[in-house]
Amino acid sequence: MTETDRRSPTLPAPGPSADADADPLRIADGVFQTRLLLGTGGLPSLTVLDEAVVASGAEIATVAMRRIDPTARGSVLDVLRHRGVRVLPNTAGCQTAREAVLTARLAREALGTAWVKLEVVGDDRTLLPDPVELLASAEQLVADGFVVLPYTSDDPVLARRLEQAGCAAVMPLGAPIGSGLGIRNPHNIALIVEGVRVPVILDAGIGTASDAARAMELGCDAVLVASAITRAAHPAWMALALAEAVRGGRLARRAGRIPRRFHARASTAGEGLAELDPA
Amino acid sequence: MTEMPAPIGVVVNGRPTSLPAGTTVATLVDGLHRSPGGIAVAIGGEVVPRSAWAGWSLDDGDRIELLGAVQGG
Repeated sequence: MTETDRRSPTLPAPGPSADADADPLRIADGVFQTRLLLGTGGLPSLTVLDEAVVASGAEIATVAMRRIDPTARGSVLDVLRHRGVRVLPNTAGCQTAREAVLTARLAREALGTAWVKLEVVGDDRTLLPDPVELLASAEQLVADGFVVLPYTSDDPVLARRLEQAGCAAVMPLGAPIGSGLGIRNPHNIALIVEGVRVPVILDAGIGTASDAARAMELGCDAVLVASAITRAAHPAWMALALAEAVRGGRLARRAGRIPRRFHARASTAGEGLAELDPA
Repeated sequence: MTEMPAPIGVVVNGRPTSLPAGTTVATLVDGLHRSPGGIAVAIGGEVVPRSAWAGWSLDDGDRIELLGAVQGG
Protein backbone atom coordinates (compact mmCIF):
# COMPACT_ATOMS: atom_id res chain seq x y z
CA MET A 1 0.00 0.00 0.00
CA THR A 2 1.41 3.41 -0.90
CA GLU A 3 1.32 6.41 1.37
CA THR A 4 -1.33 7.98 -0.85
CA ASP A 5 -3.55 4.91 -0.49
CA ARG A 6 -3.37 5.15 3.27
CA ARG A 7 -4.80 8.64 3.47
CA SER A 8 -8.32 8.37 4.87
CA PRO A 9 -10.88 9.30 2.19
CA THR A 10 -12.92 11.28 4.70
CA LEU A 11 -11.49 11.32 8.16
CA PRO A 12 -14.30 10.99 10.68
CA ALA A 13 -14.36 14.02 12.94
CA PRO A 14 -14.11 13.44 16.67
CA GLY A 15 -17.26 13.56 18.76
CA PRO A 16 -20.43 11.50 19.05
CA SER A 17 -22.00 10.29 15.81
CA ALA A 18 -19.67 12.38 13.70
CA ASP A 19 -19.03 9.45 11.39
CA ALA A 20 -22.62 8.31 11.29
CA ASP A 21 -23.83 9.95 8.11
CA ALA A 22 -21.15 8.23 6.10
CA ASP A 23 -21.69 4.87 7.74
CA PRO A 24 -25.32 4.07 8.57
CA LEU A 25 -26.53 0.67 9.71
CA ARG A 26 -29.11 -0.77 7.31
CA ILE A 27 -31.47 -3.55 8.40
CA ALA A 28 -34.21 -4.42 5.89
CA ASP A 29 -35.69 -1.01 4.98
CA GLY A 30 -34.45 0.61 8.19
CA VAL A 31 -31.53 3.04 8.31
CA PHE A 32 -29.90 3.77 11.65
CA GLN A 33 -27.13 6.16 12.68
CA THR A 34 -25.98 4.25 15.76
CA ARG A 35 -24.89 0.65 16.19
CA LEU A 36 -25.68 -0.15 19.80
CA LEU A 37 -29.09 -1.77 20.28
CA LEU A 38 -30.58 -1.78 23.76
CA GLY A 39 -32.25 -4.71 25.49
CA THR A 40 -34.52 -3.26 28.14
CA GLY A 41 -34.90 -6.23 30.52
CA GLY A 42 -33.74 -5.83 34.10
CA LEU A 43 -33.81 -2.09 34.72
CA PRO A 44 -35.12 -1.05 38.12
CA SER A 45 -37.42 1.72 36.89
CA LEU A 46 -38.68 3.57 33.84
CA THR A 47 -36.62 6.58 34.92
CA VAL A 48 -33.41 4.57 34.75
CA LEU A 49 -34.58 3.09 31.46
CA ASP A 50 -34.98 6.57 30.05
CA GLU A 51 -31.47 7.54 31.20
CA ALA A 52 -30.02 4.40 29.66
CA VAL A 53 -31.85 4.95 26.37
CA VAL A 54 -30.49 8.48 26.08
CA ALA A 55 -26.94 7.54 27.11
CA SER A 56 -26.82 4.55 24.75
CA GLY A 57 -27.95 6.55 21.73
CA ALA A 58 -29.85 3.41 20.75
CA GLU A 59 -32.39 3.72 17.95
CA ILE A 60 -33.68 0.18 18.45
CA ALA A 61 -34.72 -1.37 21.76
CA THR A 62 -36.24 -4.75 22.53
CA VAL A 63 -39.35 -5.47 24.56
CA ALA A 64 -40.98 -8.75 25.58
CA MET A 65 -44.63 -9.83 25.45
CA ARG A 66 -46.17 -10.83 28.77
CA ARG A 67 -49.58 -11.03 30.44
CA ILE A 68 -50.95 -7.58 31.18
CA ASP A 69 -50.55 -6.52 34.79
CA PRO A 70 -53.60 -4.36 35.56
CA THR A 71 -51.75 -2.69 38.44
CA ALA A 72 -48.72 -1.61 36.38
CA ARG A 73 -48.23 2.14 36.01
CA GLY A 74 -46.47 3.61 32.99
CA SER A 75 -45.07 1.54 30.18
CA VAL A 76 -41.79 0.77 28.55
CA LEU A 77 -43.50 1.74 25.30
CA ASP A 78 -44.15 5.27 26.56
CA VAL A 79 -40.44 5.76 27.26
CA LEU A 80 -39.24 4.30 23.97
CA ARG A 81 -41.77 6.18 21.84
CA HIS A 82 -41.06 9.43 23.64
CA ARG A 83 -37.39 9.02 22.69
CA GLY A 84 -38.18 8.02 19.11
CA VAL A 85 -36.72 4.54 19.53
CA ARG A 86 -37.91 1.72 17.29
CA VAL A 87 -39.58 -0.99 19.37
CA LEU A 88 -38.29 -4.48 18.58
CA PRO A 89 -40.45 -7.17 20.22
CA ASN A 90 -38.74 -10.41 21.09
CA THR A 91 -40.00 -13.92 21.66
CA ALA A 92 -38.11 -14.42 24.92
CA GLY A 93 -39.23 -17.45 26.89
CA CYS A 94 -40.35 -19.46 23.86
CA GLN A 95 -38.98 -22.98 23.51
CA THR A 96 -40.88 -24.18 20.43
CA ALA A 97 -41.37 -22.80 16.94
CA ARG A 98 -45.12 -22.78 17.52
CA GLU A 99 -44.83 -20.62 20.66
CA ALA A 100 -42.40 -18.26 18.95
CA VAL A 101 -44.54 -17.80 15.84
CA LEU A 102 -47.65 -17.12 17.94
CA THR A 103 -45.75 -14.66 20.15
CA ALA A 104 -44.46 -12.82 17.08
CA ARG A 105 -47.98 -12.56 15.67
CA LEU A 106 -49.30 -11.26 19.00
CA ALA A 107 -46.51 -8.69 19.11
CA ARG A 108 -47.41 -7.57 15.59
CA GLU A 109 -51.03 -7.14 16.67
CA ALA A 110 -50.14 -5.27 19.84
CA LEU A 111 -47.33 -3.07 18.58
CA GLY A 112 -48.02 -2.67 14.88
CA THR A 113 -44.57 -3.81 13.81
CA ALA A 114 -43.60 -6.78 11.67
CA TRP A 115 -40.06 -6.72 13.05
CA VAL A 116 -39.24 -9.44 15.55
CA LYS A 117 -36.17 -10.55 17.43
CA LEU A 118 -36.69 -14.27 17.22
CA GLU A 119 -35.59 -16.20 20.29
CA VAL A 120 -36.24 -19.92 20.67
CA VAL A 121 -34.17 -21.41 23.47
CA GLY A 122 -33.50 -25.05 24.24
CA ASP A 123 -33.74 -24.90 28.02
CA ASP A 124 -33.92 -22.47 30.93
CA ARG A 125 -30.49 -23.29 32.32
CA THR A 126 -28.29 -22.34 29.36
CA LEU A 127 -30.81 -20.23 27.39
CA LEU A 128 -28.91 -21.38 24.31
CA PRO A 129 -30.82 -21.26 21.01
CA ASP A 130 -32.56 -24.40 19.77
CA PRO A 131 -31.30 -24.37 16.17
CA VAL A 132 -33.97 -26.72 14.81
CA GLU A 133 -36.92 -24.78 16.25
CA LEU A 134 -35.21 -21.49 15.41
CA LEU A 135 -34.82 -22.24 11.72
CA ALA A 136 -38.34 -23.67 11.44
CA SER A 137 -39.91 -20.60 13.07
CA ALA A 138 -37.75 -18.23 11.01
CA GLU A 139 -39.01 -19.82 7.80
CA GLN A 140 -42.64 -19.53 8.92
CA LEU A 141 -42.31 -15.92 10.02
CA VAL A 142 -40.50 -14.84 6.83
CA ALA A 143 -43.30 -16.48 4.82
CA ASP A 144 -45.78 -14.52 6.96
CA GLY A 145 -44.12 -11.20 6.05
CA PHE A 146 -42.07 -10.62 9.18
CA VAL A 147 -38.67 -8.91 9.32
CA VAL A 148 -36.88 -11.60 11.30
CA LEU A 149 -33.77 -10.98 13.42
CA PRO A 150 -32.87 -14.34 14.93
CA TYR A 151 -30.86 -14.81 18.13
CA THR A 152 -28.60 -17.67 17.09
CA SER A 153 -25.64 -19.77 18.16
CA ASP A 154 -22.17 -18.69 17.06
CA ASP A 155 -22.46 -21.29 14.29
CA PRO A 156 -21.43 -20.01 10.84
CA VAL A 157 -23.40 -22.72 9.04
CA LEU A 158 -26.61 -22.00 10.93
CA ALA A 159 -26.13 -18.28 10.34
CA ARG A 160 -25.93 -18.93 6.62
CA ARG A 161 -29.04 -21.11 6.74
CA LEU A 162 -30.92 -18.34 8.54
CA GLU A 163 -29.84 -15.85 5.89
CA GLN A 164 -30.99 -18.25 3.18
CA ALA A 165 -34.33 -18.55 4.99
CA GLY A 166 -34.78 -14.80 4.44
CA CYS A 167 -33.81 -13.36 7.80
CA ALA A 168 -32.99 -9.64 7.73
CA ALA A 169 -29.99 -10.02 10.04
CA VAL A 170 -28.36 -12.66 12.21
CA MET A 171 -27.69 -12.19 15.91
CA PRO A 172 -25.04 -14.63 17.09
CA LEU A 173 -24.29 -14.91 20.78
CA GLY A 174 -20.90 -14.04 22.20
CA ALA A 175 -21.65 -16.10 25.32
CA PRO A 176 -24.81 -17.22 27.16
CA ILE A 177 -27.43 -14.58 27.91
CA GLY A 178 -26.64 -12.60 31.04
CA SER A 179 -23.27 -14.32 31.55
CA GLY A 180 -21.07 -11.31 30.81
CA LEU A 181 -18.39 -13.72 29.56
CA GLY A 182 -17.63 -11.71 26.42
CA ILE A 183 -16.98 -13.37 23.08
CA ARG A 184 -16.06 -17.01 23.74
CA ASN A 185 -15.38 -17.92 20.12
CA PRO A 186 -14.17 -14.88 18.21
CA HIS A 187 -13.07 -17.06 15.33
CA ASN A 188 -16.64 -18.22 14.76
CA ILE A 189 -17.94 -14.67 14.92
CA ALA A 190 -15.39 -13.69 12.26
CA LEU A 191 -16.49 -16.66 10.12
CA ILE A 192 -20.13 -15.56 10.43
CA VAL A 193 -19.19 -12.02 9.39
CA GLU A 194 -17.36 -13.43 6.40
CA GLY A 195 -20.12 -15.87 5.51
CA VAL A 196 -23.29 -13.79 5.38
CA ARG A 197 -24.30 -10.55 3.66
CA VAL A 198 -27.05 -9.53 6.06
CA PRO A 199 -26.04 -7.48 9.09
CA VAL A 200 -24.41 -9.39 11.95
CA ILE A 201 -25.52 -8.14 15.37
CA LEU A 202 -23.55 -9.58 18.29
CA ASP A 203 -26.14 -10.47 20.90
CA ALA A 204 -25.67 -11.80 24.40
CA GLY A 205 -22.54 -12.25 26.47
CA ILE A 206 -21.25 -8.67 26.49
CA GLY A 207 -19.92 -7.84 29.93
CA THR A 208 -18.20 -4.51 29.47
CA ALA A 209 -16.98 -1.99 26.94
CA SER A 210 -13.99 -3.96 25.62
CA ASP A 211 -16.27 -6.87 24.66
CA ALA A 212 -18.39 -4.56 22.52
CA ALA A 213 -15.33 -3.03 20.88
CA ARG A 214 -14.04 -6.52 20.13
CA ALA A 215 -17.32 -7.48 18.45
CA MET A 216 -17.08 -4.48 16.15
CA GLU A 217 -13.37 -5.09 15.45
CA LEU A 218 -14.31 -8.62 14.39
CA GLY A 219 -16.58 -7.06 11.78
CA CYS A 220 -19.99 -7.19 13.42
CA ASP A 221 -22.36 -4.49 12.16
CA ALA A 222 -23.90 -3.79 15.55
CA VAL A 223 -24.12 -5.00 19.14
CA LEU A 224 -27.20 -5.64 21.26
CA VAL A 225 -26.69 -5.24 24.99
CA ALA A 226 -29.13 -5.78 27.82
CA SER A 227 -27.72 -7.17 31.07
CA ALA A 228 -24.33 -5.45 30.85
CA ILE A 229 -26.20 -2.15 30.96
CA THR A 230 -29.32 -2.94 32.94
CA ARG A 231 -27.50 -4.80 35.73
CA ALA A 232 -24.48 -2.46 35.91
CA ALA A 233 -24.09 -0.46 39.09
CA HIS A 234 -24.67 2.68 37.00
CA PRO A 235 -26.68 1.70 33.90
CA ALA A 236 -26.51 5.05 32.09
CA TRP A 237 -22.72 5.25 32.49
CA MET A 238 -22.30 1.75 31.12
CA ALA A 239 -24.67 2.58 28.26
CA LEU A 240 -22.45 5.52 27.34
CA ALA A 241 -19.29 3.43 27.72
CA LEU A 242 -20.68 0.77 25.40
CA ALA A 243 -21.82 3.32 22.83
CA GLU A 244 -18.28 4.76 22.75
CA ALA A 245 -16.78 1.27 22.53
CA VAL A 246 -19.04 0.30 19.64
CA ARG A 247 -18.11 3.45 17.79
CA GLY A 248 -14.40 2.96 18.48
CA GLY A 249 -14.50 -0.67 17.43
CA ARG A 250 -16.30 0.19 14.22
CA LEU A 251 -13.75 2.87 13.35
CA ALA A 252 -10.90 0.48 14.13
CA ARG A 253 -12.42 -2.16 11.84
CA ARG A 254 -12.73 0.35 9.01
CA ALA A 255 -9.25 1.72 9.67
CA GLY A 256 -7.66 -1.68 8.97
CA ARG A 257 -5.63 -3.04 11.87
CA ILE A 258 -2.02 -4.18 11.54
CA PRO A 259 -1.35 -7.90 11.28
CA ARG A 260 -0.21 -9.67 14.43
CA ARG A 261 3.53 -10.49 14.46
CA PHE A 262 5.47 -12.93 16.57
CA HIS A 263 8.55 -10.69 16.79
CA ALA A 264 8.99 -7.00 17.15
CA ARG A 265 9.15 -4.65 14.20
CA ALA A 266 10.68 -1.27 14.87
CA SER A 267 8.50 1.67 14.10
CA THR A 268 11.57 3.93 13.95
CA ALA A 269 13.74 3.66 10.84
CA GLY A 270 17.20 2.16 11.47
CA GLU A 271 18.76 4.03 8.54
CA GLY A 272 20.98 6.90 9.62
CA LEU A 273 21.55 5.54 13.10
CA ALA A 274 24.75 7.00 14.53
CA GLU A 275 27.66 4.76 15.57
CA LEU A 276 28.10 5.98 19.11
CA ASP A 277 29.84 2.99 20.68
CA PRO A 278 32.07 1.40 17.98
CA ALA A 279 33.23 -2.08 18.99
CA MET B 1 -90.27 -12.50 30.02
CA THR B 2 -86.77 -13.54 29.02
CA GLU B 3 -84.56 -15.74 31.11
CA MET B 4 -81.13 -14.44 32.08
CA PRO B 5 -78.60 -16.62 30.23
CA ALA B 6 -76.27 -18.56 32.49
CA PRO B 7 -72.82 -16.99 32.91
CA ILE B 8 -69.88 -18.58 31.18
CA GLY B 9 -66.67 -19.76 32.78
CA VAL B 10 -63.45 -18.70 31.11
CA VAL B 11 -59.77 -18.43 32.07
CA VAL B 12 -58.22 -14.98 31.63
CA ASN B 13 -54.43 -14.84 31.95
CA GLY B 14 -54.50 -18.03 33.97
CA ARG B 15 -57.30 -16.92 36.35
CA PRO B 16 -60.71 -18.67 36.23
CA THR B 17 -63.35 -15.97 35.69
CA SER B 18 -67.12 -15.90 35.35
CA LEU B 19 -68.54 -13.57 32.68
CA PRO B 20 -72.03 -12.81 31.35
CA ALA B 21 -72.91 -14.85 28.30
CA GLY B 22 -72.33 -12.85 25.14
CA THR B 23 -69.30 -10.96 26.51
CA THR B 24 -67.09 -9.95 23.59
CA VAL B 25 -63.32 -9.66 23.43
CA ALA B 26 -63.77 -5.89 23.06
CA THR B 27 -65.72 -5.76 26.35
CA LEU B 28 -63.03 -7.77 28.10
CA VAL B 29 -60.29 -5.44 26.84
CA ASP B 30 -62.34 -2.36 27.84
CA GLY B 31 -62.42 -3.78 31.36
CA LEU B 32 -58.66 -3.34 31.62
CA HIS B 33 -59.15 0.44 31.51
CA ARG B 34 -56.05 0.84 29.38
CA SER B 35 -55.44 2.16 25.92
CA PRO B 36 -56.17 -0.80 23.61
CA GLY B 37 -53.05 0.06 21.62
CA GLY B 38 -50.29 -2.19 22.85
CA ILE B 39 -52.63 -5.07 23.73
CA ALA B 40 -52.89 -8.39 21.92
CA VAL B 41 -55.39 -11.18 22.51
CA ALA B 42 -55.04 -14.92 22.01
CA ILE B 43 -57.78 -17.47 22.59
CA GLY B 44 -56.95 -21.14 22.64
CA GLY B 45 -53.51 -20.50 21.18
CA GLU B 46 -54.70 -18.41 18.22
CA VAL B 47 -54.43 -14.65 17.67
CA VAL B 48 -57.71 -12.72 17.73
CA PRO B 49 -57.09 -9.76 15.40
CA ARG B 50 -58.02 -6.35 16.74
CA SER B 51 -60.54 -5.93 13.90
CA ALA B 52 -62.46 -8.98 15.18
CA TRP B 53 -62.64 -8.00 18.87
CA ALA B 54 -66.06 -6.29 18.77
CA GLY B 55 -67.81 -9.17 17.03
CA TRP B 56 -66.08 -12.03 18.87
CA SER B 57 -68.23 -13.53 21.65
CA LEU B 58 -66.44 -15.58 24.26
CA ASP B 59 -67.41 -19.22 24.74
CA ASP B 60 -67.65 -21.21 27.93
CA GLY B 61 -64.25 -22.78 28.59
CA ASP B 62 -62.22 -20.28 26.52
CA ARG B 63 -58.64 -19.77 27.66
CA ILE B 64 -57.83 -16.14 26.96
CA GLU B 65 -54.43 -14.46 27.05
CA LEU B 66 -54.24 -10.65 27.20
CA LEU B 67 -50.68 -9.60 26.46
CA GLY B 68 -48.72 -6.36 26.35
CA ALA B 69 -45.14 -5.20 26.01
CA VAL B 70 -42.87 -5.20 29.04
CA GLN B 71 -39.14 -4.60 29.51
CA GLY B 72 -37.22 -7.52 28.11
CA GLY B 73 -34.48 -8.87 25.89
